[in-house]
Amino acid sequence: MSAINRANQIQSRRKLFSKRSPLWYLALGLCILLAILSLVPLYWMIIGSFKLEKVAIGYPPEWFPREPTLENWRNLINGRPSLRWMFNSFVVSSGVAIGAVFTSVTAGYAFGKKVFPGRDLLFWMFLITMMVPRQAFLVPMFILMRNLNWFDSYQAMIVPYLAYPFGIFLIRQYMRSLPDELVQAATVDGANELQLFWNIILPLSKPVIGAVAIFAFMAGWNDYVWQLVIINNQNMMTLPVGVSKLAASGVGSADIGLGMAGATLAFIPMILIFMLFQRAFIKGITVGSLKG
Amino acid sequence: MTQNLGKRMWKGRWGYFFILPALIPFLIFTVYPLVHGIWLSFLNAGVNRDRWRFIGLDNYIRLFTKDQAFLIGIKNTFLFVFAVVPTAMIITLFIAVIIYPLSQKTQTFFRVAFYMPVVSSGVILAMVWNVIFSREFGLLNGTLEALGIFNLFNIEKIGWLAQTETALLSLSIVIISWSLGQPLILFLAGLASIPTELYEAARLDGATGWQQFIGITLPLLRPTVLFVLVTLTIAVFQVFVVVLLMTLGGPANATQTIVFRLYESAFRFFKFGYASAMAVVLMIIIGTISAFQFFVLDRDT
Repeated sequence: MSAINRANQIQSRRKLFSKRSPLWYLALGLCILLAILSLVPLYWMIIGSFKLEKVAIGYPPEWFPREPTLENWRNLINGRPSLRWMFNSFVVSSGVAIGAVFTSVTAGYAFGKKVFPGRDLLFWMFLITMMVPRQAFLVPMFILMRNLNWFDSYQAMIVPYLAYPFGIFLIRQYMRSLPDELVQAATVDGANELQLFWNIILPLSKPVIGAVAIFAFMAGWNDYVWQLVIINNQNMMTLPVGVSKLAASGVGSADIGLGMAGATLAFIPMILIFMLFQRAFIKGITVGSLKG
Repeated sequence: MTQNLGKRMWKGRWGYFFILPALIPFLIFTVYPLVHGIWLSFLNAGVNRDRWRFIGLDNYIRLFTKDQAFLIGIKNTFLFVFAVVPTAMIITLFIAVIIYPLSQKTQTFFRVAFYMPVVSSGVILAMVWNVIFSREFGLLNGTLEALGIFNLFNIEKIGWLAQTETALLSLSIVIISWSLGQPLILFLAGLASIPTELYEAARLDGATGWQQFIGITLPLLRPTVLFVLVTLTIAVFQVFVVVLLMTLGGPANATQTIVFRLYESAFRFFKFGYASAMAVVLMIIIGTISAFQFFVLDRDT
């Protein structure tokens, strides 16, 4: 949207709603309340990590800890392999991102720019599997991992993601938007297939490659159920899995503070990634759904 | 045609070459497990591989006739969907429409606030809400008690997750809080794509705000609404982590869901064949909804 267009839009929007009824203000107040409610649990979690046990279970609930403590964090980092968990998550997510990018770019390029028999059929095969819920793969993959003896391993968490249909889809769409003349010009200049791919297609695809990398990284990071199922060794657990074991379901004698510290620790990378890629993130989601 | 096929395959050989890196993992880790999973559903597959036998539709029959927990799970899953999806959609649509006239910065505040639960995802939310819902030490009961609510109605502190009446509701609240972020962003984007001239023209014609909403906003948001409806439904259908970490399907199956029953059968009772049958049922349900999305939405755009 051009700048002038946008300015006009804002102006006319303001005109339309210039007579803001008190009802609207009431509604806005409700929205603000909901937004605060949405943030309360996370706020509670963060300050909970700095509270001593007796304060956390004390009454009335303390909204601002009067005696903040680092005890929980000390327990978390010294008593559990929590830093190792974070490391594992990074290894897995990076592996997934790199692997998914590699296979998606090559396959997306083939589906988008190359012609060969069975191309569309194969593409649809990849696409259809996106509609299959992940739980359908849990049991057979578990058995496969047992046969391969890949329990408690990095490859078990990474390799299943090497075929990333969503990534292939994104890249294919992008490739199709690249002008064919580019390919032709390069061929005329004497470039072979690999040179063409490496020197021309790849540099041009940086934005979409970035998007796929982010999505794949997130997918790998959030793959809780699978990671829970095939990792038993505490040292190989990823951050979400390890942290989830800190507080057994329900809160009985479990150490609340430790659990909150763990949850906060697991939250930090997510919020960092979100902040870094916020714009690209939201754009990617909206573009994908509005078929822009 | 087939004499040409060989020639065309050779001509397009680089296509096959570039597909290979994706195709190999795809065949081994996607196609094979999928097929194997379907096959497993017809076996009485347990821990001991030597005892696996073909039993036809036995697993499926047991599933729908003898497995109370599964049937309750289906009921609860649908309850979750009907509780969460319309609520989340109405709330986010409401918020989107109200905050739309505000500046981009303000909108972003709201977008971020509601997206935070999405960013945290299941594990973190489950752990915090466990603490919030705790009967003895929870924030919710603590706040209610401080406000004097329990005294007012002369009731005991509520075990939100421990009582069958409130467990489903409590989980629904958690799921709703997680379901607001994405639709809000999509609705805001959808609202931005409606040309303001339409509103201008309607206003000149004397239409009230409410009429403008019904006549312009809603119809033009239809593709977005449908998309949100389907994606949200599929997401809620697969709710699992909060059940695992908060209630374990209890108390007394009050929060049992399809996916949780699958997980239980497979990884607690080691009935792989049985769980695979459940997976197939889940596949059919979700596949149907997804196909619906594919075809109905494609026609709109």
